[in-house]
Amino acid sequence: MSKVITITSGKGGVGKTTTSAAFATGLAQRGNKTVVIDFDVGLRNLDLIMGVERRVVFDFINVINGDANLNQALIKDKRVDNLYIFPTSQTRDKDALSKEGVERVINELRDNFDYIICDSPAGIEHGALTALYHADAAIIVTNPEVSSVRDSDRILGMLASKSRRAEENEAPVDEYLLLTRYSPERVERGEMLSIEDVQEILSVPLIGVIPESEAVLKASNTGMPVILDTESTAGIAYGDAVARFLGEQREMRFLKTQKKSLLRTLFGKA
Amino acid sequence: MSADLVHGGMFTVMVVRVDDPNDPEFESRLAEQIARSPTFFANAPVVMDLQHCTGAASADAFHGLRRMLKRQHLIAIGVQNANATQIRAAMNADLAAFAPANAARRTEAAEPAAAPAPRPAPVAAPVIAAGGVSRTKVITQPVRSGTQVYARGGDLIVLASVSPGAEVIADGHVHIYGALRGRAIAGASGDTDARIFIGKLEAELLCVAGHYLVSEAIEADYIGKSVQVTLVDDRLTINRT
Repeated sequence: MSKVITITSGKGGVGKTTTSAAFATGLAQRGNKTVVIDFDVGLRNLDLIMGVERRVVFDFINVINGDANLNQALIKDKRVDNLYIFPTSQTRDKDALSKEGVERVINELRDNFDYIICDSPAGIEHGALTALYHADAAIIVTNPEVSSVRDSDRILGMLASKSRRAEENEAPVDEYLLLTRYSPERVERGEMLSIEDVQEILSVPLIGVIPESEAVLKASNTGMPVILDTESTAGIAYGDAVARFLGEQREMRFLKTQKKSLLRTLFGKA
Repeated sequence: MSADLVHGGMFTVMVVRVDDPNDPEFESRLAEQIARSPTFFANAPVVMDLQHCTGAASADAFHGLRRMLKRQHLIAIGVQNANATQIRAAMNADLAAFAPANAARRTEAAEPAAAPAPRPAPVAAPVIAAGGVSRTKVITQPVRSGTQVYARGGDLIVLASVSPGAEVIADGHVHIYGALRGRAIAGASGDTDARIFIGKLEAELLCVAGHYLVSEAIEADYIGKSVQVTLVDDRLTINRT
């Protein structure tokens, strides 16, 4: 069964595209035929993060409009088998995402792929709603700070009311929380919300915690999904998150500062 | 400021199926159904569904129907599934024409303030199709930021938490077993005996029958506690439970 996974957040700049690239790569590494679609029409970024920006000919909007077929637009990744990148248009805007067109493309992809990763734009407008409409599962990317958590909550509300599954009264979208840019030191100093705080507000199962890491920026700049950087904490944490998504049990890592455990800090405060 | 005068709103309205306006038994059958829960129907707005009705082609016919509904303490506000002649007649009788039920559902799905759970579609019962038999609404999922849940004519029970930026409203009591971080409004139609019960108080706003407290005005001692909110001598009062 083919599965559509939407990577969304409401707020911008929290790591949706980084997460989309990492998840798609991780799923493909494990032998799943995977495509990652950039829904951020007009602010094309996924191709940069994936390092394929010089290979883009046709895009998502061309295929929606019938100007090109899927095979012409999909870019095969050179590092990982089974991984395809579906770039978007930089010259159009989100209104170009017609409901019928997107549905046709998604259905065609469902016939050919195990996982379809939708990299959602920020916001709660047409672009974000289109990206979450077809979701079977959603990964909510959240930074440990109040505005990001509130926006994630809003998007969770949208998933429960505006997705295809909600409209057609099917089983609800599977929701997972991914905390990114997590810094145990700053949590300890009280500058950041703790994992427990975020989970209490959002009450969605936690699929991973990605520590703040310089490797993420470095990976973006070099066009390599950070999950391929197996030396970095962020890369390893993404690998764990993908494994958990596929049903493996893995302990959360990188939650502690060097000296003192996070749990002790939390219990010490309470 | 004129831009603020008109804004959208969503309401649950009962639908009365009118098959034959001249049927002498229509009113008595309607009265019988209303008698089972008279307070629920008291002065409720209703829409007449004319799907199976071929008559009612004049304004007078609608005036008659409106008077008959009024005798049963129902207020006719419009018609649904009407043909062109019926729509014209209804308009002349100052009744609005609503879109057919399936079209109405589509608009509802596009409404930004839609409740998280898809609400049950009105079902055609023998005479009256109401929003539900039980007047208590139970919500089992978290009420997310930006959503609004309204229990019309009854109580609202939320088994999870209410997020910041979410709104839970009931004409009766509001019960929240989780944390209230958004707004809660009890006695929305003016019932001053309505109460709000909260598992963990972190509210943005509390309101009973129009009397409200914003989070700034809530005493710090009650924050994070399990409380009930009542209206005593026109003043909102918070008590630990």
